[in-house]
Amino acid sequence: MPIRFEHKPGLVIYLTAGDPSLDATRAIALAAIDAGADVIELGVPFSDPLADGPVIQRASERALARGTRLRDVLALAKQLRAARPAAGLVIFSYLNPILRYGLEKFAEDAAAAGADGVLATDLIVEEAGEYLAALGHVHLAPIFLAAPTSPDDRLEAIAAHSRGFIYAISRTGITGKQQSLAADAAALVARIRRWSKLPVAVGFGISNAQHVAQVAEFADAAVIGSAIVELIERSTAEAAPGAVARFIEGLRLPHAALTR
Amino acid sequence: MASIVIPASPSESRPGRFGVYGGRYVPETLMAALMELEREYEIAKADAAFQAELNSLLTDYAGRPTPLYFAKRLTESLCGAKIYLKREDLLHTGAHKINNSLGQGLLAKRMGKKRVIAETGAGQHGVATASACALLGLECVIYMGDVDMERQELNVKRMRLLGAEVRGVSSGSKTLKDAISEAMRDWVTNVRTTYYLLGSALGAHPYPTMVRDFHRCIGKEMKEQLRAKEGRLPDAVVACVGGGSNAIGAFYEFLGDKGVRLIGVEAGGRGSALGEHAARFQGGAPGVLQGTYSYVLQDDDGQIALTHSVSAGLDYASIGPEHAMLHDTGRAEYVSQNDAAALDAVVKLARTEGILPALESAHAVAEAMRLAPKMAASEILVVNLSGRGDKDMGILVRELKL
Repeated sequence: MPIRFEHKPGLVIYLTAGDPSLDATRAIALAAIDAGADVIELGVPFSDPLADGPVIQRASERALARGTRLRDVLALAKQLRAARPAAGLVIFSYLNPILRYGLEKFAEDAAAAGADGVLATDLIVEEAGEYLAALGHVHLAPIFLAAPTSPDDRLEAIAAHSRGFIYAISRTGITGKQQSLAADAAALVARIRRWSKLPVAVGFGISNAQHVAQVAEFADAAVIGSAIVELIERSTAEAAPGAVARFIEGLRLPHAALTR
Repeated sequence: MASIVIPASPSESRPGRFGVYGGRYVPETLMAALMELEREYEIAKADAAFQAELNSLLTDYAGRPTPLYFAKRLTESLCGAKIYLKREDLLHTGAHKINNSLGQGLLAKRMGKKRVIAETGAGQHGVATASACALLGLECVIYMGDVDMERQELNVKRMRLLGAEVRGVSSGSKTLKDAISEAMRDWVTNVRTTYYLLGSALGAHPYPTMVRDFHRCIGKEMKEQLRAKEGRLPDAVVACVGGGSNAIGAFYEFLGDKGVRLIGVEAGGRGSALGEHAARFQGGAPGVLQGTYSYVLQDDDGQIALTHSVSAGLDYASIGPEHAMLHDTGRAEYVSQNDAAALDAVVKLARTEGILPALESAHAVAEAMRLAPKMAASEILVVNLSGRGDKDMGILVRELKL
């Protein structure tokens, strides 16, 4: 299933799988898709999430404390794929759990589970030779991060090897909410467009409808991570799916008329 | 087609690779900074003025060359090989770490960075970096795990006195690994203005190579000094290995001298179960942690294991990638010594030679105590005494009931 952004702007929703439980993540993901999320990023919890801020660090700790494993995240992906055949599904992980699982076995199992793509936070394109081959064999889309600090030759390489969409980081820094969207983001997306016709999703620090509307002016989709994970942290497991659905519906409200 | 070439697999011919180990496994945001650092380091390395300034500081400020001392009474008490101590513990700030902090500090200044961040475990790299920053007029922020801040309190106070801001890290195991993660989070946020002064031969390229280069003076001096004293090469060089900066500095000049055994000593902690030690080559497996591919203590799911060592500086789940290569090729041997053996070695060295080693370096002394009696009296063993133990007095008072 190719990743498509049916809505304008598209919404990519990041969830730390297993926080507060795998069952809860499944219910939240289904609610998010039904509320209009185009792509779900299933985050594999990792013990040392050095690119993440405190919100996702805490979620990872909770998920690991409950014993969440990469194989569980793949099983969850399979359930989501069966329940919502058209939704985009991306496995989002630090590299080490994937290496330990076995690169080729991971790619095969992720594809068999129905995932569309993979994003490895700490894998840059130059180090991705074997990874690209493994994902390519099973037609999984490699999704790479592009940063405001990436020079043009790096953006060109990132564009050449990405499938599905390109994830543009809105600002330098770790994941987490911010007050206003950095001007870096629009300039980065414009530079990416010189090298790629793929959709561009903008993430890091996007937490409200105003941010989403800003992103819609220059990119194809917005990625919401910490704001959702924090909402889940504040909710009970029973209330979280409803709370997340209402939050997602609210993100597009000013632009409801633009929905195709 | 993109101008950046993607190799099909990691290979030795690439910069920053040690066999299959090393590389760069970082968030994309850091790549521009790492490439700038690599470029600037290569230019500085070839610049005679930079090297002259560094050498002048190493000599007049830090106290190089350090003595190579024949430990006569230790040797006599062990009835075996002649033991020499490379006295890095006599350097300014108390450990070999100052070699690298001065080198990278000068590089930061040359690159126009006004703000320096660093991680520290035992606090020796933090103190060395705080000193270098004070000397060079740079703002300095040190990340240190809460557990390490408690057990190396004296060094926390020293860093603050030197004008550095020490930020406690309360995530994960609250030790060196978590301090590195937090420093990387700071760097990724402030990458345009900040220099990350990494303290061991770890992390993404160019750090393992650059840190090694700044410590090569240890092995070079060792070789020259032993030639002057004994007219020959040592039979064995022994060094403790946390990330592995003092060991790689001691080993590097001897890599081509096949007759010289190179022995790295990891922390055996208090047991052989995962979580009870920091012996990466006994229980670890290749993996990626904090920017580099090397041996990592981890569970079956690739989650990084907790570690334990009485010495904060060896208490780390991964090891420098060049050591991983030297392990696999067999050029260096890696063994472990546990907490109790290290404490015994502190007492032994203190009472035979009047030298108080750092708990980290005491692991190397412990291995020398095991090995020397098995060697002939005509053989020579050099221990890299990487640091002094004043910082460990709190732990020693408790553990040895002084």
